[in-house]
Amino acid sequence: MKREKVIQVAGLTKRFGDFAAVDAISFDVYRGEIFGFLGANGAGKTTAMKMLIGISNPTSGQAQVAGFDVFTHAEDIKKNIGYMSQKFALYDDLTVRENIRFFGGIYGLSRERIKEKSDALIEELGLQGAAHKLVGALPLGWKQKLSFSVALIHDPKIVFLDEPTGGVDPITRRQFWEMIYKAAHQGTTVFVTTHYMDEAEYCDRVSIMVNGKIEALDSPKQLKEQFQAANMNDVFLKLARG
Amino acid sequence: MKTILYIIQKEFKQIFRNKGMLPIIFVLPLLQLIILSNAATFEVQHIKFGYIDGDHSATSRALVEKFDASSYFEVLTDFPSEVQASAAMLRGEVDVVLNIPPYFERDLQKDKHQSLGVTINAIDGAAAGVENVYVTQIIQGFNQGLRVDLQQITDQQVQAMAIETIPLFWYNETLNYKTFMVPGILVLLVTMITLFLSGMNIVREKEIGTLEQINVTPIKKRQFIIGKLFPFWVIGMGLLTIGLIIAKLIFDVPILGSLPLMYLYTSIYILVVLGIGLFISNYTDTQQQAMFIAWFFTVIFILMSGLFTPIESMPKWAQVLTEFNPIKYFVEVMRMVMLKGSGFMDILPQLSKTLLYALIMNGLAVWSYRKTS
Repeated sequence: MKREKVIQVAGLTKRFGDFAAVDAISFDVYRGEIFGFLGANGAGKTTAMKMLIGISNPTSGQAQVAGFDVFTHAEDIKKNIGYMSQKFALYDDLTVRENIRFFGGIYGLSRERIKEKSDALIEELGLQGAAHKLVGALPLGWKQKLSFSVALIHDPKIVFLDEPTGGVDPITRRQFWEMIYKAAHQGTTVFVTTHYMDEAEYCDRVSIMVNGKIEALDSPKQLKEQFQAANMNDVFLKLARG
Repeated sequence: MKTILYIIQKEFKQIFRNKGMLPIIFVLPLLQLIILSNAATFEVQHIKFGYIDGDHSATSRALVEKFDASSYFEVLTDFPSEVQASAAMLRGEVDVVLNIPPYFERDLQKDKHQSLGVTINAIDGAAAGVENVYVTQIIQGFNQGLRVDLQQITDQQVQAMAIETIPLFWYNETLNYKTFMVPGILVLLVTMITLFLSGMNIVREKEIGTLEQINVTPIKKRQFIIGKLFPFWVIGMGLLTIGLIIAKLIFDVPILGSLPLMYLYTSIYILVVLGIGLFISNYTDTQQQAMFIAWFFTVIFILMSGLFTPIESMPKWAQVLTEFNPIKYFVEVMRMVMLKGSGFMDILPQLSKTLLYALIMNGLAVWSYRKTS
């Protein structure tokens, strides 16, 4: 069965002066896949992701996301992707419902659709009691789950998650990954960066970036065999230490 | 269009939910209008007046009484000697000292001519100039009264009368400084509030990280910017309205010209300010930076606007610079329309320059806003 490629990257590079933050990386991501994008701090993960979501211009190379070129059709890419950044980026001074309505509105959803989506989403997250509370007053775990749901509000083909579970408790992380699985099951491709190696095990395939280059890319099982490691943690340490 | 409405709705919610910001937007400017309009005056009053009466005659006492009767002077001291008068001026106890020489009355009647010494503290040159005018006016008035008296005494001899000018002050007959200052200070309020709010708004979203989230949506640059600026445009117009009401009710400033014309001009003017604010926002990373740059421009714009010092008395190069000062046009238009009742054709030059300015600044603002870095 030939699988549909939703992200195609070839020789993608971003330079800041002499420094190549992302050094000619190449990979493909398939539809419905959970793709783990790993690397130490400063390895270039976030820079690479920013090029793919169209908010940072690549220096050279090629990349297509959701069938559109990052150089020429960045705005078309944006219609087809969702993004959740490292930093919580919903409005603290708006309520849960207002945040959903705002982002639904700027993605061009109809009024009825926004209403429907808001109700479904609030119910799913168990936020019925907090729907009219300001987002700033919510605990971090709830905020993260809410931003993930908002990133999916326009049913994007691909969702990009930049360290989505940073700083949340193990139970919330577990629930978060259940949400990721659910989204993937419904056909959304998930592109996720993380520092938690147990989370890497949940991914279908994993790439590991070291100093701007992709040093390994395969399923967690294959990677463990290849590096003769007991778990992903050891694989990561072997690679990152060089 | 619908997208813009969602942004506007969100902005208004955030503005009106910010309990710290609301008083800053609406209460502080109005306090400022009331305080500044009362305080910022060029009128020189309560001048501390001292004299040295070397004559002690009826004429010299009549002269001092003239000063006493004037509302500008507060007659304080009769100095026995010049040394004490100088010492008092050094200590700042008197501003003006009048020196009436001995035999003033006798010489005046005999020679029809006499001189008086006037000393003025001129550390504040502008005030000293005004004081000099007041002193001269009083002495002239006294002089004329004397002449009439003398004429009666010395027969019906024909004398050459001095030429007298009778000034007519148009548009502000009573030279009321509040009438002059209120429109100008209203301009400041509208400008400062809209500039600071718009300058800090987008930078704030940069700081808290929500701008990045906006930039990954398919929103169009112009939709975002219009949606962002519209609420501040409304606030600016609201401030103008409240300010005009205060001008009328508290200061009783005449509003001779047409209100719609004032609103038309202001609506375009605010676009200039918002464009500048947004432009600053695009080139700064923190609210602090934006604030400093906005301050820098505001101070220059205000001092060179003709609000406090007349543009006509600036050096030529400075006058050329004021052509690029939007506040200058706004001050001119407000004073023209409110005090002179100028019509559309009268303010057309200012209006068209402001419109051009608005187009350029907003063009630059949209151009410099980047969704992709």
